Amino acid sequence: MSTRTRTWRRLLRDPQAVVTAGILLVIVALGLLAPFLAQHGPNDSDLGMVNAPAGTPGYLLGADESGRDIFSRLLHSINTSAVSALIGTGVALAVGVTAGLVGGYFGARTRGATEWLFNLVMTFPGLLLLIILMPVTGGDYRFTMLIFGVLLSPGIYRIVRNLVLGVKNELYVDAARVSGLGNTRILGRHVLSVVRGPIIIATAFLMGAAIATQSGLAFLGVGSKEIPSFGDMISSGFRNLYLAPAQFLWPSLLLGLITASLVLLGNALRDTLEGSRPKPAKVGQGQRTDVRTGPAPVAGTAALLEIRDLTIAYPGPGGESREVVRGAALRIDRGQTLGLVGESGSGKTQTAFAVLGVLPAEAVITRGSIVFEGRELVGLTDGEMRPLRGKQIAYVPQEPMSNLDPSYKVGAQLVEGVRSALGVSKQEARTRVLALLGRCGIADPPRTFDSYPHQLSGGMAQRVLIAGAVASRPKLLIADEPTTALDVTVQAEILDLLRDLQAELGMAVLLVTHNFGVVADICDHIAVMSRGEIVETGDVQKVLNDPRHEYTRTLLDAILDDTTVRTDPPPGAITEGADR
Amino acid sequence: MLAYVLRRIGAGLVLALLVTLVTFLMLSLSFGDVVRTLLGQSATPESVAAMTKQMGYDRPVLVQYGDWLLHLLRGDLGTSVYTSLPVGPSVVQRLAVTLSIIVPALLITVLLSISLGVWAATRGGVADRIAQGLSLVGYIVPGLLIAIVLVYLLAVRAKLLPATGYTPLSTDPAAWLHSITIPVIVLVIGGVANMAAQVRGRMIDELRRDYVRTLRTRGVSTTSIVVRHALRNAAGPALTVLSLEFIQMFGSALIIENVFALPGYGSYAFNASLQGDIPVIMGITVFGVLLVTVVNLGTDLANGWLNPKARLH
Repeated sequence: MSTRTRTWRRLLRDPQAVVTAGILLVIVALGLLAPFLAQHGPNDSDLGMVNAPAGTPGYLLGADESGRDIFSRLLHSINTSAVSALIGTGVALAVGVTAGLVGGYFGARTRGATEWLFNLVMTFPGLLLLIILMPVTGGDYRFTMLIFGVLLSPGIYRIVRNLVLGVKNELYVDAARVSGLGNTRILGRHVLSVVRGPIIIATAFLMGAAIATQSGLAFLGVGSKEIPSFGDMISSGFRNLYLAPAQFLWPSLLLGLITASLVLLGNALRDTLEGSRPKPAKVGQGQRTDVRTGPAPVAGTAALLEIRDLTIAYPGPGGESREVVRGAALRIDRGQTLGLVGESGSGKTQTAFAVLGVLPAEAVITRGSIVFEGRELVGLTDGEMRPLRGKQIAYVPQEPMSNLDPSYKVGAQLVEGVRSALGVSKQEARTRVLALLGRCGIADPPRTFDSYPHQLSGGMAQRVLIAGAVASRPKLLIADEPTTALDVTVQAEILDLLRDLQAELGMAVLLVTHNFGVVADICDHIAVMSRGEIVETGDVQKVLNDPRHEYTRTLLDAILDDTTVRTDPPPGAITEGADR
Repeated sequence: MLAYVLRRIGAGLVLALLVTLVTFLMLSLSFGDVVRTLLGQSATPESVAAMTKQMGYDRPVLVQYGDWLLHLLRGDLGTSVYTSLPVGPSVVQRLAVTLSIIVPALLITVLLSISLGVWAATRGGVADRIAQGLSLVGYIVPGLLIAIVLVYLLAVRAKLLPATGYTPLSTDPAAWLHSITIPVIVLVIGGVANMAAQVRGRMIDELRRDYVRTLRTRGVSTTSIVVRHALRNAAGPALTVLSLEFIQMFGSALIIENVFALPGYGSYAFNASLQGDIPVIMGITVFGVLLVTVVNLGTDLANGWLNPKARLH
């Protein structure tokens, strides 16, 4: 109840919603008061008044080609539009919601049937059908709008069906079923509350469509001449365009005002009920920074990567900025493996993205510096960052599937990366990629090369991504939870692969993980992150054996309490890894 | 692949059968009125009965439909009750006029929508607000009004283009171009308003996907990411919108034709419908369904080409 009142309040504070709804209410009121406001009936024609100009006594806006009062016809046209909107939308909602509930809730066969039926309705040009059926409807606009409502129903059907399918899979409907509520009760109680918002939004657009269609048909001359409507008035004004352009103007303005108000009201409702959509950002801009002072020169550091005082902030909903990383400091030497550990949301991934310069567009680096091989990366443009990517710093993501472009074959994606980074020929890049796929444990490299991502397993896809990352022999590999999304058996293999590749290529690795087992297995150093801050760094063995910070201790205890938790290598591997 | 195409064509034929059957059944309710309209006010009940028998309207409706279908299979759509002209060639001729404004309008719409949508999605800020504003204006102003205003400005006032009339392409290409210019502009405004917003939305979604970030980390250029990867992945959903857009445009064209007095599908359908010329109405229905089937098939094939996953089905 309280969320509902809050939604209403937000709507009432949105000027676009208030103004458009106000305009529509005033227009509807004018229509209802038409018999009292206009001195003449909409069809009273006075041949002495043909094309009378606006302002003629009794004819506020003048008279049309048949000597009928334009003001009166205008007001009565509002009622025709309102009735059209009510019938068209009412039928569309009744048919669409009912079928959507049925199609979404019951089994696949019922859904198949409704789906097929609505696709059929959707594929035929509705306006043509309405014209063709004129002998049946006799041109009565109410009958026509009834059919139009059916033609509009597929849109509603889809909305309702999708929402019902979503709700159906959620627990609470199962719970309701267990508690003995009948099917109809379940639908009525739970589903309707979810679909209400989207339906309210769609209604505004449907009304606009119904009114526009009714006007279009009346413009064509479908329908009785006795019914005053915008379409008919526009048609009459259009015939008279040379003599009296104003006759065309009035119905056009009012019709435009009504449809525009409905669309804008629909947009405002959508923004309020569904939240605003993501806004686009300029592509290829480089990382946004707000670092005023120039980077302090880093004198004589041997580090490959040195992060100092890095602070990353996101704008919050109220305009305030929310820091997700605060004053982080890290150091990786050549060939070293550093484990960055922390629970989800602690800022590990954000730190990794900042090094690559691929933070989301909203993120701002507000403080600090990232120095790679003596070069400051904070403040570089995308163009300046590009030569470093792939060749100097590479990246292995967490979720293998979503990180491959579904439309291109795996090989083509890797070849494009190698060519961008190294500028070699297509053939050379191909040879290199094939060799690497083999090196990364892919059984049949040419076949994988010619596969689409959806044809690969998760483990294979992760090997492909690792191959893609090391293809240009980077000096630093950033691996963001590279095993989390994989099966336990595959996890160990992937870690082995990373370890071997690191040794072979002599690259440094920044391994982002929440798993101490993984860290113990392959890292030399460790940095523990909590709530955006790095709380402890040091040698892996030292930190694991003698954690200084409270948070590190808590994390370690949590793992020791529950030994089965995500420890991919067998228990012996921890000591084995630490020994090397 | 061939099996897929054949299955889709089969589905299209089933659709054609169903739509024509439903239309025929609904129209059969009005056959009595058709005969009375044909004979005029003074017709005696006897002459009405005779005419009904002569037209075959006294037979069961399904028999009449079956008869019509058999003729259709032999390529015979019958003749107009009023003009006695064969229906088939007339429908094709009228359809050609309508398509000659829809096809150019659709092509221009696609080009403009992609440009505007990609521009808005990759620039953000002011560019995005401009594109959004343009879309909104195109969306909220009814096409009918845009048509009339353009006629008034370009034809009546500036006298740049003819206000009405149609010259076939084969007669005089330049005059054809003049005659379709304003109708095409009107359809494009409505189409772009709808499609550019779709392209924009899809592009924003795609550019936020994980694979885009990964491609960036490999040093792939921004242009390639936007055009080869994001746009390509956005194209599939946009294509579905395109086929709906075609159907939408077909509907708008019926009204727009009237403004410009183009001898197209709309006015043909309207007159036939007004007179109750059943053979013509049925011919119009058949071609309408076939057109939709062809467009949907084309969309599905293009989608299969764009989206490797869709090829499996």
